[in-house]
Amino acid sequence: MDIDKARAGSRLGLSQALSLVENGLAFSTEEEGQVIGITGAPGVGKSCLVDQLAQAYARNGEKVAILAVDPSSPISGGALLGDRLRMESADLDDLVYMRSVATRGETGAVPSVVADMAAVLKECGWKRIIIETVGSGQAEFRIAAVADTIILVEAPGMGDAIQSEKAGIIELVDIIVVNKSDLEGADATAANIISALSAGSKDIPVMQVSSHTGDGVTYLVQAIDEVADSGTSRAQWRERLASQWMRRMSHHPNLDSILDELESSQINIGEAILLLEVEQ
Amino acid sequence: MATPLRIVIAKPGLDGHDRGAKVVARALRDAGHEVIYTGLRRTPEQIVRTVIDEDAQFLGLSSLSGAHAHLFPKICKLLQESDVGHVIVFGGGIIPTADKPALFEAGIKAIFGPGTSSTQINDFISTAAAKDDAGCGAESDWHWGD
Ligand code: B12
Ligand SMILES: Nc1nc2c(ncn2[C@@H]2O[C@H](COP(=O)(O)OP(=O)(O)OP(=O)(O)O)[C@@H](O)[C@H]2O)c(=O)[nH]1
Ligand SMILES: [Mg+2]
Repeated sequence: MDIDKARAGSRLGLSQALSLVENGLAFSTEEEGQVIGITGAPGVGKSCLVDQLAQAYARNGEKVAILAVDPSSPISGGALLGDRLRMESADLDDLVYMRSVATRGETGAVPSVVADMAAVLKECGWKRIIIETVGSGQAEFRIAAVADTIILVEAPGMGDAIQSEKAGIIELVDIIVVNKSDLEGADATAANIISALSAGSKDIPVMQVSSHTGDGVTYLVQAIDEVADSGTSRAQWRERLASQWMRRMSHHPNLDSILDELESSQINIGEAILLLEVEQ
Repeated sequence: MATPLRIVIAKPGLDGHDRGAKVVARALRDAGHEVIYTGLRRTPEQIVRTVIDEDAQFLGLSSLSGAHAHLFPKICKLLQESDVGHVIVFGGGIIPTADKPALFEAGIKAIFGPGTSSTQINDFISTAAAKDDAGCGAESDWHWGD
């Protein structure tokens, strides 16, 4: 891949390199960087929060890249990528790069190519990378396959949050943000979360933020730098493995023909899996 | 599955009519494309930045306020200056027939008015995607319809 143009700082070169990787080319890098994952249910304000964070970093003179994931239609294969609507800072500031990503053939809130796209960004000097996942329930934590720091976003009036212990998921979360703190009920939501967490062993900061007024954003930026990097946990390794497994399937050159044969009952699932395992 | 086309749908200027743009965005998604919608009131510079960051092959502009005559050519010019003259630009909204020749001249490849069906738009997209001289910076004077 001709990544020199991108390395030299060309936005167009970067965009084109990201497309190649998105279309299946593998990429890895030795360059360091911090990948911040923003996850949470649909409508809690993830995109607005990402916009606030990007503005905060840019104000400090720091470059920040955003990868925002939205679901593809399993029927048409098309996607409406609307996160940009809420991220006006992205098309105003040279320090901010924003790219919309569709899940394409994959299930899960973060497609496997995102890890390699983040690697391209690191390689090209973007050391802060924010990933917004598809709006997802608590059972979905594929973001752990790529993010170093995971922020779970909640909002008042979005139903009872955090069945954390049950799902075993909380060990993956670094910070919980109660967004929309300008709305009624934010205090109660935060209190509920804190009491639910108190049973557990991990000390997770719970912060109130308003992505409309900007309240609390400065503290969140500090907290993101303060959470200790606890290394890669077992649960994280599990997500990485699942992600690569998924990639193997969704980028398999014979996937279409295997699906055709399944559809017309020429093979069964067991045979299909054997076909996927054939090295290409 | 073939790689989807990436299409930016943008509302330049102060025009607040967004129904048409949203209808078009959904129609393109349902035809299997990846559609990035910018939202209202974007400047030409913001729109060009979006096209570059998103590595889009197509840019669709929607205008119902009468500002097309000024904004559409300005955007085409900026795209060419930014090294993305390969991007195929098309538009729609309330655009008088008399204004079309100047827009085609500026590099816009199709203009769709009220009542346009998604089939018409998709026919244009697949025809233009198969051409290698449909970019807004191409020498060719090919365009869709009249
Ligand atoms: C609904 C409407 C409104 C709504 C808008 C709601 C919204 N969120 O969109 C409201 C009430 C807010 C409104 C306000 C105004 N409006 Co008004 N409005 C209309 C009306 C009646 C229908 C527009 C519409 O939604 N059509 C339905 C959609 C689906 O159709 P469409 O937008 O034409 O899109 C289709 C095609 O044009 C094409 N298309 C459109 N964009 C694109 C883009 C691409 C890439 C492609 C491929 C195709 C494409 O495909 C679509 C599907 O077929 C039109 C009159 C009319 N018949 O067009 C006036 C009209 C557009 N409004 C007009 C005016 C003047 C105004 C106001 C300035 C004040 C006023 N007099 O009401 C304000 C300004 C608002 C603003 N900030 O810009 C004028 C514009 C005159 C002009 N351009 O010379 C019109 C034409 C009415 C008229 N005859 O005077 N309006
Ligand atoms: N009052 C208030 N509203 C907010 C706040 N943050 C976001 N919103 C609103 O919440 C709605 C959803 O915001 P988004 O940022 O699009 O939410 P999201 O989580 O990215 O949504 P999906 O990407 O669809 O999952 C929008 O109408 C926002 O304006 C906030 O801090 N306060
Ligand atoms: Mg969002």
